[in-house]
Amino acid sequence: MSAGERAHDDRLLLDVRGLTVRFPTPDGVVQAVSDVSFQLHRGETLGVVGESGSGKSVSNLAIMGLLNRTRTVISGEVDFKGRNLLTWSSDELRKVRGKEIAMVFQDPFACLHPMYRVGAQIAEAVTAHSDIGNSRAWARAIELLDHVGIPNAKSRARDYPHQFSGGMRQRAMIAMALVHNPDILICDEPTTALDVTVQAQILELIEGVKREFDIGVILVTHDLGVVAETANSVMVMYAGRIMEYGPAFDIFSRPQHPYTWGLLDSMPSIDRRLEALVPIEGSPPSLLTPPSGCPFHPRCPYRFEPCATKLPPLEAPTAEAHLDACWLPWDKKVELGTQRAKKVAA
Amino acid sequence: MSANGSGSAENLVEIEHLTKHFAVKQGVFARGHAQVHAVEDVSFEVRRGETLGIVGESGCGKSTTARLMLRLLDLTAGTVRFDGRDISKLSQRKLRPIRREMQMIFQDPYASLNPRKTIGQIIGTPFAIHGVKGAKTRVQELLETVGLSPEHYNRYPHEFSGGQRQRIGVARALALSPKLIVCDEPVSALDVSIQAQVLNLLRTLQDDFNLTYVFITHDLSVLRQIADRIAVMYLGRLVEIGESEQIYEAPKHPYTAALLSAVPRAGIDPRERIMLIGDVPSPISPPPACVFHPRCPRFHKGHCDVVEPLLRELAPHQWAACHYPLERWPMSDAEIRQAEGARREDRPHLEGAAHEV
Repeated sequence: MSAGERAHDDRLLLDVRGLTVRFPTPDGVVQAVSDVSFQLHRGETLGVVGESGSGKSVSNLAIMGLLNRTRTVISGEVDFKGRNLLTWSSDELRKVRGKEIAMVFQDPFACLHPMYRVGAQIAEAVTAHSDIGNSRAWARAIELLDHVGIPNAKSRARDYPHQFSGGMRQRAMIAMALVHNPDILICDEPTTALDVTVQAQILELIEGVKREFDIGVILVTHDLGVVAETANSVMVMYAGRIMEYGPAFDIFSRPQHPYTWGLLDSMPSIDRRLEALVPIEGSPPSLLTPPSGCPFHPRCPYRFEPCATKLPPLEAPTAEAHLDACWLPWDKKVELGTQRAKKVAA
Repeated sequence: MSANGSGSAENLVEIEHLTKHFAVKQGVFARGHAQVHAVEDVSFEVRRGETLGIVGESGCGKSTTARLMLRLLDLTAGTVRFDGRDISKLSQRKLRPIRREMQMIFQDPYASLNPRKTIGQIIGTPFAIHGVKGAKTRVQELLETVGLSPEHYNRYPHEFSGGQRQRIGVARALALSPKLIVCDEPVSALDVSIQAQVLNLLRTLQDDFNLTYVFITHDLSVLRQIADRIAVMYLGRLVEIGESEQIYEAPKHPYTAALLSAVPRAGIDPRERIMLIGDVPSPISPPPACVFHPRCPRFHKGHCDVVEPLLRELAPHQWAACHYPLERWPMSDAEIRQAEGARREDRPHLEGAAHEV
């Protein structure tokens, strides 16, 4: 896609190309993220799924410029509104962060300062990027708390974080992220620390916020169920690389990559008791010394000759398929995929 | 409680009217003492060879119940019978021989293994405590049983991945050939591909060693794969108990239904969700009568907030504590609300129902 074409797509918010993150350590270089490319549009929820150490969080921290630049080697391009975020200075980035790109983190217990009132912390986020006075900032904080469904927002704004429950704290974090009507909301495991009934409330809130403000959401999670219910497009990551990337419906109805099959098959089903769960044998590789070729090949039951030596490119095997990084020929994938679908249906 | 045939030989554990209150300090000068009602009048039995799942959200008392069952905590009230013997008032010394028969697997495989001890020492500790000889060969056998290699004997925990560490925890629990193993969230800290490995291992071991499990989790999908019967807890109370199939296919308590419908599904046809309002209230001052009434979609003013529902047998072997149990399943949120004419306006306190703890 050329630059001219890109400019026409005014729904496009973020265009990431070849993002690579390396952490040099005394033991060697950790290859945390390798050659990650994706796009995010307005009104889109991009689900990023992967197990621990798959690079899903690190890629978002890199986009936000939250990685220590002296200890990290980052390359690639992160195109936001026509400019490459990776070349920005930290002062420039500070003006974007929390304003145009906001982030909601996993642990709402650790993200709020215990000694300041919730309202004051949100008001601080208001004044950080605008010149308005304290009383107007406080009013804005109340308005936002009310908006994210905190009852009696006016009096609850004067509460300290310990007086909020886990779900309410996460609502307050979302309120804080929305302060400046951001274009992009990055949610890193936003519901992992919450109970399942509260998780449902928070996911609905994020979806509502996305619709109302017409923003783009990146939802990082290890929970395929959460992604299936909220995302429009899905990126499956493993060992710092994208294994499969496409529309959510396609990923769940016609998954193409053996790793995605493995993930879906090892997920315990709530709908029935399975004779035996099908785990992915082995464990995820060390990112200090990732396997040669396809990073999944040591655990892949379908590996064959090129897998151990040559890295498969991320591309669509046929016109109607979505992107995957796998050497298996297309007709073999169709065959295995049909077998799998039959087994799941049985 | 009538849910339990008392003293039956087919039951390994029987708990009756189990209650645990914790004292907490309140106020600046800690003058007043409040009580956290962690577990309130819980009765059920664990049958030999079965897996009883206990499910509920954080703070529902599921872990406390299990710890009371093992006498790791002292009871405020109630009785625990293990293998036909009342252990609720035994001294720690008298408990010791019984402890061989009840073991525990913990949630966090990183925190539950001493980093300064070798695997051989960790798994060998139960043998040392109970004076069993020939520990080394037994430990190596155990390592093989749980899918590790005997050469791992002299390694340290940091050399293992999360899934392998959990296998070590399983081996330690198996060491003294217990009758009962309490698994407290054994797979919650593991990635999904590894979770399945550990669940499969637990299932195989149950068949091979005729084990009884009490399996505590907040994850209903995991529980479906392993539990024969399920107890659902909310705010220290047992709200529903029944065969696994009954709980998943025909839940009676609105809370069970809400829990089931809240689980996100990786399928492509998500079910309509029953949305609960607010959060779990504080166990320091639980709501009166039915503890679930402030969040319940079937709430009836003047009944649910006045009369405490007792466990009733609504289907064979399925008990629920609810005045207005579900007639069928699945049911949509709207149907649940409309069916009984329960109105949100009836609950003025609801808007403030997100509670301070």
